[in-house]
Amino acid sequence: MSSKVLTEPIGDVAVGLPPLQRVTLTINGAEKQLEVAPWTSLLDLLREYLDLTGTKKGCDHGQCGACTVLVDGKRINSCLTLAVMKDGCEITTVEGLSKGDQLHPVQEAFIEHDAFQCGYCTPGQICSAVGLINEGHAKTTDDIRELMSGNICRCGAYPGIVAAVEQALKVCQPNQ
Amino acid sequence: MNSFSYTRAQEVDTAVREVTQDKAAKFIAGGTNILDLMKENVERPDRLVDITRLPLQQVESNPEGGLRLGALVSNADTAYHPEVIERYPLLSKTILAGASAQLRNMATDGGNLFQRTRCYYFYDTATPCNKREPGSGCSAINGYNRIHAILGTSEQCIATHPSDMCVALAALDAVVNVKGPEGERQIKFEDFHRLPGNEPQYDNTVKTGEIVTSIDLPAEGFAKNYTYLKLRDRASYAFALVSVAVGLDLDGDTVREARVALGGVAHKPWRKPEAEALLKGQKATKENFRKVADALLQGAKGFGSNTFKIELAHRAIVRALVMATEMKKK
Ligand SMILES: Cc1cc2nc3c(=O)[nH]c(=O)nc-3n(C[C@H](O)[C@H](O)[C@H](O)COP(=O)(O)OP(=O)(O)OC[C@H]3O[C@@H](n4cnc5c(N)ncnc54)[C@H](O)[C@@H]3O)c2cc1C
Ligand code: SF4
Ligand code: FES
Ligand code: FES
Repeated sequence: MSSKVLTEPIGDVAVGLPPLQRVTLTINGAEKQLEVAPWTSLLDLLREYLDLTGTKKGCDHGQCGACTVLVDGKRINSCLTLAVMKDGCEITTVEGLSKGDQLHPVQEAFIEHDAFQCGYCTPGQICSAVGLINEGHAKTTDDIRELMSGNICRCGAYPGIVAAVEQALKVCQPNQ
Repeated sequence: MNSFSYTRAQEVDTAVREVTQDKAAKFIAGGTNILDLMKENVERPDRLVDITRLPLQQVESNPEGGLRLGALVSNADTAYHPEVIERYPLLSKTILAGASAQLRNMATDGGNLFQRTRCYYFYDTATPCNKREPGSGCSAINGYNRIHAILGTSEQCIATHPSDMCVALAALDAVVNVKGPEGERQIKFEDFHRLPGNEPQYDNTVKTGEIVTSIDLPAEGFAKNYTYLKLRDRASYAFALVSVAVGLDLDGDTVREARVALGGVAHKPWRKPEAEALLKGQKATKENFRKVADALLQGAKGFGSNTFKIELAHRAIVRALVMATEMKKK
């Protein structure tokens, strides 16, 4: 596990602005100590300051799900989350799902079922699906559709997405 | 978004003090509504007091034989809580009908009560809006008002309260526990949200500095015969145009007690005890349900694009009552 202390402050520093806040986040297994402006969203922190651009910004208002990441194993919209509020939490982004070259079962299923076209919504879909599997409430195909409704796909790859999630559910929870 | 300072409260009293002393400070819980509005410059707090680490995270029994939901329990944890599913399935169902799985993981039970209207003009700082800027006028009354209210409106504002969860809390006669600079008090759910009147800037009766600590559910949960019917523009991840929460206590096909609350039609969840009383001791028939719908919608008024809601609500009430009646306990 690597640890990185950021000496460059994150966010704008200008005279008269409220102070930066020190936070410790474990991102994809690596602990990071960071200084962030209070208004930095978790999404902006990941993309703009940590170069983790797998997580996408679609609407920036909680309406599309492209920014979905896992915080302590739970899926959330990183665009409506202040980074400073997640001090001490474990963040997993799409970059952190595979083990080396071995893809996560959800990633494999997405490839197998051709569950994307442009791919813009895909990291959010995949993180959301991992969260759905962790939650354990989806029993039927309709449940999958309903519980994935927070992820919009402009390309309309929904049939493939639902099939992929269905397969991944079986792989990850073989008893259900 | 404006710049603001941030503090994380460890105790309820500190949180209350910080927001009482600084009029431009606000609590932040799940953040799903306040951050959205801050990005639109509709909310401009100069300080956010993070309350997510406060010890208000429990679902526990209350002295009335019901359940007490801590203000910081997430909407998802509430909806999937075994006792909520068993005793208050109506509440579980309304929560799961709202937002998305991600948002329900973030949103808190306290925060849900405070979510603001989705009126498009309220969100658009380029247009007049009495709720956002008292005295500037209401753009919706003579504008595009498809999602707006048909009951309890005023000349100042015709916005609706958008919550699904609150419709169930209204039907269940929940009680909200708050703590403020002057101590603790309880607010009956019917008194929690208010009608717009001449002061549409106030959504509810909570005073500056007061924090919601928990929500009490009474013992009766109407777990045998209930339903939540939510009508909207798409099957999921959309706000209600009209919604109906029903709880029935039936003796055979005779109604002992009925609760009917409407969402998407007013500035607060809409209930009318007189309308519900029409069913007391009566048969659970469509004919009687229509009388309830008539009474509930008495005085309903459309503003053009939303006039369809009157008929839609009427049919939805009857259908929801039929659905709740026909429900068989598995
Ligand atoms: C895209 C989208 C779709 C949605 N769809 C639906 C839907 O279909 N149905 C539905 O019902 N909702 C829906 N929502 C709204 C969502 O349910 C609310 O945003 C959420 O419940 C607010 O809770 P929160 O904890 O995130 O509140 P926050 O955003 O943290 O806070 C909201 C307000 O409440 C105050 N506050 C929070 N907690 C307390 C407390 N304990 N005491 C006093 N004040 C407090 C804050 O100061 C703030 O002013 C949707 C939201 C989005 C973004
Ligand atoms: S309906 Fe209310 S919230 Fe909407 S524009 Fe009119 S005053 Fe503002
Ligand atoms: S970018 Fe966060 S939900 Fe769209
Ligand atoms: S694959 Fe293009 S938006 Fe989903």
